[in-house]
Amino acid sequence: MMYISSSSSSSGRTFETRDPRTGDVIASVAEGDKDDVDLAVRAARKAFDHGEWPRISGSERGRILTRFADLVEQHADELAALESLDAGKHPAVTKAVDVGNAAGSLRYFAGAADKIHGETLKMQGQFQGYTLREPLGVAGFIIPWNFPTTMFAIKVAPALAAGCTMVVKPAEQTPLSALYLADLAKKAGIPDGVINVVPGFGPTAGAAIASHMDVDTVSFTGSTEVGRLIMEASARSNLKPVSLELGGKSPLIIFEDADLDMAVELAISANLFNKGEACVAASRVYVQEGIYDQFEKKLAERMKSWVVGDPFNDPRVNQGPQVDKVQYDRVLSYIDQGKREGATVLTGGRPLGQNGYYIEPTVFTNVKEDMTIAKEEIFGPVMCLMKFKTVDEAIERANDTKYGLGAGVVTRDLDVANRVVRSVRAGVVWVNCYFAMGSDVPFGGRKMSGFGKDEGMHALDKFLAVKSVVTPLKGSPWM
Amino acid sequence: MAAATRRAASSLVARCLVASRASAAGAPPAVPSALRRPDGTRGVLPGIFQRFSTAAAAEEPISPPVQVNYTKLLINGDFVDSASGKTFPTLDPRTGEVIADVSEGDAADINRAVSAARKAFDEGPWPKMTAYERSRILLRFADLIEKHNDEIAALETWDNGKPYDQAALIEVPMVARLMRYYAGWADKIHGLIVPADGPHHVQVLHEPIGVAGQIIPWNFPLLMFAWKVGPALACGNTVVLKTAEQTPLSALYISKLLHEAGLPEGVLNVISGFGPTAGAALASHMDVDKLAFTGSTDTGKIVLELAARSNLKPVTLELGGKSPFIIMDDADVDQAVELAHFALFFNQGQCCCAGSRTFVHERVYDEFVEKAKARALKRVVGDPFKKGVEQGPQIDDEQFNKILRYIRSGVESGATLVTGGDRLGDKGYYVQPTIFSDVQDGMKIAREEIFGPVQSIFKFNDLNEVIKRANASQYGLAAGVFTNNIDTANTLTRALKAGTVWVNCFDIFDAAIPFGGYKMSGIGREKGIDSLKNYLQIKAVVTALKNPAWL
Repeated sequence: MMYISSSSSSSGRTFETRDPRTGDVIASVAEGDKDDVDLAVRAARKAFDHGEWPRISGSERGRILTRFADLVEQHADELAALESLDAGKHPAVTKAVDVGNAAGSLRYFAGAADKIHGETLKMQGQFQGYTLREPLGVAGFIIPWNFPTTMFAIKVAPALAAGCTMVVKPAEQTPLSALYLADLAKKAGIPDGVINVVPGFGPTAGAAIASHMDVDTVSFTGSTEVGRLIMEASARSNLKPVSLELGGKSPLIIFEDADLDMAVELAISANLFNKGEACVAASRVYVQEGIYDQFEKKLAERMKSWVVGDPFNDPRVNQGPQVDKVQYDRVLSYIDQGKREGATVLTGGRPLGQNGYYIEPTVFTNVKEDMTIAKEEIFGPVMCLMKFKTVDEAIERANDTKYGLGAGVVTRDLDVANRVVRSVRAGVVWVNCYFAMGSDVPFGGRKMSGFGKDEGMHALDKFLAVKSVVTPLKGSPWM
Repeated sequence: MAAATRRAASSLVARCLVASRASAAGAPPAVPSALRRPDGTRGVLPGIFQRFSTAAAAEEPISPPVQVNYTKLLINGDFVDSASGKTFPTLDPRTGEVIADVSEGDAADINRAVSAARKAFDEGPWPKMTAYERSRILLRFADLIEKHNDEIAALETWDNGKPYDQAALIEVPMVARLMRYYAGWADKIHGLIVPADGPHHVQVLHEPIGVAGQIIPWNFPLLMFAWKVGPALACGNTVVLKTAEQTPLSALYISKLLHEAGLPEGVLNVISGFGPTAGAALASHMDVDKLAFTGSTDTGKIVLELAARSNLKPVTLELGGKSPFIIMDDADVDQAVELAHFALFFNQGQCCCAGSRTFVHERVYDEFVEKAKARALKRVVGDPFKKGVEQGPQIDDEQFNKILRYIRSGVESGATLVTGGDRLGDKGYYVQPTIFSDVQDGMKIAREEIFGPVQSIFKFNDLNEVIKRANASQYGLAAGVFTNNIDTANTLTRALKAGTVWVNCFDIFDAAIPFGGYKMSGIGREKGIDSLKNYLQIKAVVTALKNPAWL
């Protein structure tokens, strides 16, 4: 299954995508490589250079995107099932959150498509100046496996609104929803060649997109290591602008004036949502010393009722399996390393069951900032719980990371909240909430969490070229 | 029978022109050149009547393919009788006959509607919903408009007299387009975070303003509904809308659809009624937070005054115009003629931004006048439900008579009547496409808004001259420029004092393009991002910061 105006891979090779509950094969998928990326880019190039997509009005593109959103919603059950099967997610949550967000993002950018404004300018002379914001061209997208449907939508929607064409490489772990969505896009009226989907692997298909001379921008979401490769590939090929949404080690700072129960719930959901497979997961939880002991106790108590299991078969399940064997092994090795480095296991710490990739939700205490589990992104259900004394100390330790994606603050004190908000070097700060994201809310990190924003009107900038136009002006009564 | 009618009508033209001429002191030749036959005898516009003979003015009117289901006031989600129990007839401009009796709202009904809107605003759910939820309701509304396109268009044509194809292919789809446009704004209304000169965090919140009062005209009832209701709802306001007494029907119909789309009760209230009663009550209401009016400059002044005398509610006004359409000497005359014709005659000339002063460079003037006449003679006037008809009847007898008075004034003041000049048929409010040439700036027809199918052609010979003359008007709504010279286009664009300048096009009204006037053409802008400000209250929130990491 591959979607380049629809065909199979040129090599004829396929790869298997598996059910993370069992490790069984769900389907064999056509494996795209460099040749397929070339074909896809050519199709996208043609659709951009000669096709109607950039040539119809923003309002017409918006209509088609709205229809796309409607179709996504109409097929929410199938999409949620497909996604949950492929990524080990909870079908009901996936339907409400992942699919709902995907439709929301498509609608948001449908409404944005006719609101891409240039500006008229003030010139130092008898000239008239203005800016045009033109569609940039062919965009390349390399998207991850943790929120495949949402990521697909939030990546392609602003590019479509801007009038770009694109090549999308979904993660090899989760290729199914992207193909399904591309089909819905076609049904919505997006012309052939505008969205091309090439399932495949990073070193082959992904690298081919990043280094392609005819791709005008690349937007990547994934690990910091791969982000670096993408940027390097751009530098070595055509200097295409790159936007990177990478890893994180986001702090959640809980002050002692916080409502303790609320703080415990927030810490759990901020850390364990989507099995901890979220780039912005609160993986470092800092609790002020006055409430630390109580917090630790309540957290341990609460974790007893956290249900891990097959998300398809039990509606009480809070946490499904990790996405694949590689991630499963990786998370377990981090847990082992935490133990070895001297952190204390408060809860969990072991794999769960015989089949599939289940891991107990794990909380470490007595964590030091220089331990590997406190520095590196684990991408699993592992929390590092730490104690702090003062606001200054919390800010300093929160910022003591190479990452800068998200942060959370729990306090009732306005001054403390504002202080932390401005001090934390992160792309998003949540105060007394977490994971509150939205189509209008720019999302993206700083430092080694990357650069460039998904969502919000800022997301459009990645897909627009600003052109200044200047004309002499004769006899204007005002300047 | 039709032929007899036409003859009677034609002799009436000649009579009234001759009579009025005779009474004008020092008047030029008694019969305008256009009315004379080549042999010099007084004629009766033969060309016009040949052409107009295809018109349906004198034929039996075509039955509109729609039923009138909603004639009551819409208050708090229900269709209700007026408090007084009174009704008024809305008339078919093709015949002057009654289409339906409509509940007549007055101050008591405005009070009821404002209370409903107040409650819906203060208690919700409308302003308390997320913007995304509001946008979804507006999107569903647009889908419903599309689904009922033909019925809505038929109702509009029946009540207003505009060609059915214009309503069905342009205006109703544009209403859906506007709703989708504003749906898209709902979740993109951004205040700024402002840099402070000190340790302060400054947020600017754009809050809905509250209960909006909106008074809309009869020339584009549905489009005016959309221009007004769209931004008000997208921003989270509630609305009391008063429609024009000439055209109350289409707003009631689509408001029903808006409720079907999920609009909560009380958010949009629609009152049919008259200006001095319902309109004045709305404009002077102490509990209405904002007022938007589209209509005549005279009424606009009253609305502004009522706002001043009551609660100082901010007012946006979209008023009259006398918009110049300037044709330079490099213009392709055939194209210029067509565009100038459209700029004036579109919608029976009933456009606030009609290109009602056609300025033509002297080098192409004679050719232009000749071709403009030929084009006007070709204009198909008749039953707006008939395929191919370009021009229907004027809205009502008041407008009809006013236009005929202006035509007489034009003749009396010495302008050359090139073609047209009278009513068409003996039933309904049809007016012949009329052109005056040799119009001088001081003439009444050059200064005042006629709001009918009367084109006035002026001659000029210099760019600076035409700029000066085009700007010498109390109005400043729109302007058209026809030239392919980039410098001329740019100079005119900047020099013309008008809210819209169309270059080599006219009447392009997309949802994203702000529209409104300079000078006595009004205050504020509708459509586009600028329209949102009309319906937002701006709140600065300043919070002291302690030890901020940066400023």
